[in-house]
Amino acid sequence: MALLSNAAVLLGKEVRTEFRSRELLSTTMVFVLIVVVVFSFTFDPTSTESRRFGPGLLWMAFLFAASLMLQPCFLREQVNDTLGALRLAVEDPFAVFLAKIAANTVFLLFTELVMLPVFAALFNVSFGSQLPGVLLTFLLGSLGISIVGTALAAISAQARMRELLLPLLLLPLLTPILVVSTEVTIRLMQPEPYLEWKGIGLMAAFDAVFLTVLWLFGEYLLEE
Amino acid sequence: MIRRILFAAVAVGLVACAAYAAFYVAPEERTMGAIQRIFYLHASSGWAGETTFFFCFVANLLYIWRRKPQYDWLGVTCAEVGVAFITVVLLTGPIWAKPVWGIWWTWDARLTSTFVLWILYICYLLLRTLLDEPERRALLSALFGVFAFIDVPIVFGAIRWWRTQHPAPVIMGGEGSGLDPAMRKVFFFNVLAMHILALFFIAERYLLEKSKHDAELLRREAEAR
Amino acid sequence: MPAAPGRPIGVQFDQVEKRYGAVYALRNLTLGIAAGECVAIAGRNGSGKTTLLRVAAQLVRPGTGTVAYSGASEVRRPKIGFVGHATMVYDELTAEENLLFFARLLGVASPGKHVAELLREVALEDRKDSLLRTFSRGMRQRVAIARALLASPSLLLFDEPGTGLDKESGAWLTEQLRRLRDSGCTILMSLHGESETARLATRAIRLETGSVVADTRRGALFQTIFSAPGC
Repeated sequence: MALLSNAAVLLGKEVRTEFRSRELLSTTMVFVLIVVVVFSFTFDPTSTESRRFGPGLLWMAFLFAASLMLQPCFLREQVNDTLGALRLAVEDPFAVFLAKIAANTVFLLFTELVMLPVFAALFNVSFGSQLPGVLLTFLLGSLGISIVGTALAAISAQARMRELLLPLLLLPLLTPILVVSTEVTIRLMQPEPYLEWKGIGLMAAFDAVFLTVLWLFGEYLLEE
Repeated sequence: MIRRILFAAVAVGLVACAAYAAFYVAPEERTMGAIQRIFYLHASSGWAGETTFFFCFVANLLYIWRRKPQYDWLGVTCAEVGVAFITVVLLTGPIWAKPVWGIWWTWDARLTSTFVLWILYICYLLLRTLLDEPERRALLSALFGVFAFIDVPIVFGAIRWWRTQHPAPVIMGGEGSGLDPAMRKVFFFNVLAMHILALFFIAERYLLEKSKHDAELLRREAEAR
Repeated sequence: MPAAPGRPIGVQFDQVEKRYGAVYALRNLTLGIAAGECVAIAGRNGSGKTTLLRVAAQLVRPGTGTVAYSGASEVRRPKIGFVGHATMVYDELTAEENLLFFARLLGVASPGKHVAELLREVALEDRKDSLLRTFSRGMRQRVAIARALLASPSLLLFDEPGTGLDKESGAWLTEQLRRLRDSGCTILMSLHGESETARLATRAIRLETGSVVADTRRGALFQTIFSAPGC
């Protein structure tokens, strides 16, 4: 199907570009680390306190990092008007979004998984038995952040003060993801951990709804 | 002009009557006393604000579909009026909470979600100030408006679930609390009055937006000569 | 030319209008281009040349009015080759990677072979593994033209293609356009002043404040279109 094969080609280009320079991934990872360290100064990092505040601060770090990481998403395409070239080349502009969402989700997930052991070590928590649950939570959360973030990146790329605008628009819209993923992660870090399926369902619903909205309205985001 | 004055008189008159009813007609609440009467203003402003945001959503969709500037004017108008009403909700909540609970804010589910709603539409208005070209501004803010409105029920759901995990005092009675029939009548009268007031503000603000546009057109015509 | 253009199509603009705020980029523009014509578009900066071409490419949506294509089966979404002010290629990829990327998106058959032939045609075969950011303006323009020709387009649009090119690259450009014109392709090119490239055209149009003010095929008038003040 043309949409998926186009998205695959586009995704290949996104990943190749990033792995050539690795600038996005490296800066994002360092940023998450800095946020986690700085926030940890705001509470007493004993085991019980870490279990209470840790997940929230982890997801806040991911959110802040994402709002910076998503900036270049469409700004890159403005440089040589490659966005125009893409619009000429693809049948369905949604392919552009699918590819960028997939790429951003992969980058975010990569960052999160690298940060997870660091976080576990710094705060003396273990995830061992809950790894599948953690992965699922991170996947759905990153997907939600990417879907909304990519759409808003397309909007903010056309506005003034775009560096400030993207986080400004992104954080309120992502409130459900922040709230729910934090709760689910808290439960995964408890002495008796378990996966909160209701939360997983809420996150999946969020992702599905916004992907659909983007599918319906995406082409207008790219209009000139 | 006469119509506008008449509309204003009706709107203000209704609100005055509704306020009177809230203070003198509705029975006093059993446990909380007189301060509870602010509920009539608080909840009815909330309903009116939410209705207004719904109109904004519809205007946004219509603009994306039809691209007529009138829909853009309606969108920004409803966003501004909605924000005004929700501001009233956010101010009256704490005014009620302080005497009753001794604290200004309790991260109550509904009020917190309303706070996020308020922030989202402030973002909508802020986005508009950062887009210079009129057609870009209209289209992109309409798209953001669609995203924002669709997010709202999800925000309410997520925060409500969050609060069930961390119970806290609930402002203005929770989901289960019912209203005495006499109170209910006064409440719905207040809701009606607030909606009429909202409609009046929308009409006036829309006319203002239209005048701005007409003035701009005249200015351009004058310059072209 | 191995990257032979597809069956040419015509373009019809009907009362097209495009505003950017207070400014009319295109105003009441009605213009018919027949399949196979080679049309030069002249006009001052800000006369609407770029907008006209971007509307023809379906990159810009007109405020009012319609653009229609004729003479091919894929009329709704015709294959269009567009060379704009910007190079529309990725600086962080090599010449070959860029062309392969676009070839795959466009669904070109045997993309590898096709791209290799194109690179030979634009004389960049020996630089195919260099990143675009190391290329000169002239070389980038060649990649841009190769990109435009990838999917055997039915319509070719060039926005001031000679800008910033040295004499040698400029001559090469004129030669490519001549070959495309002679193979029957529909070409619209906006130009800044009369030049070798302009003389390739069989028809010249002048735009002023977004409308067509002159349209001719005849030799002498041709010159006046290009020598109007400020052109």
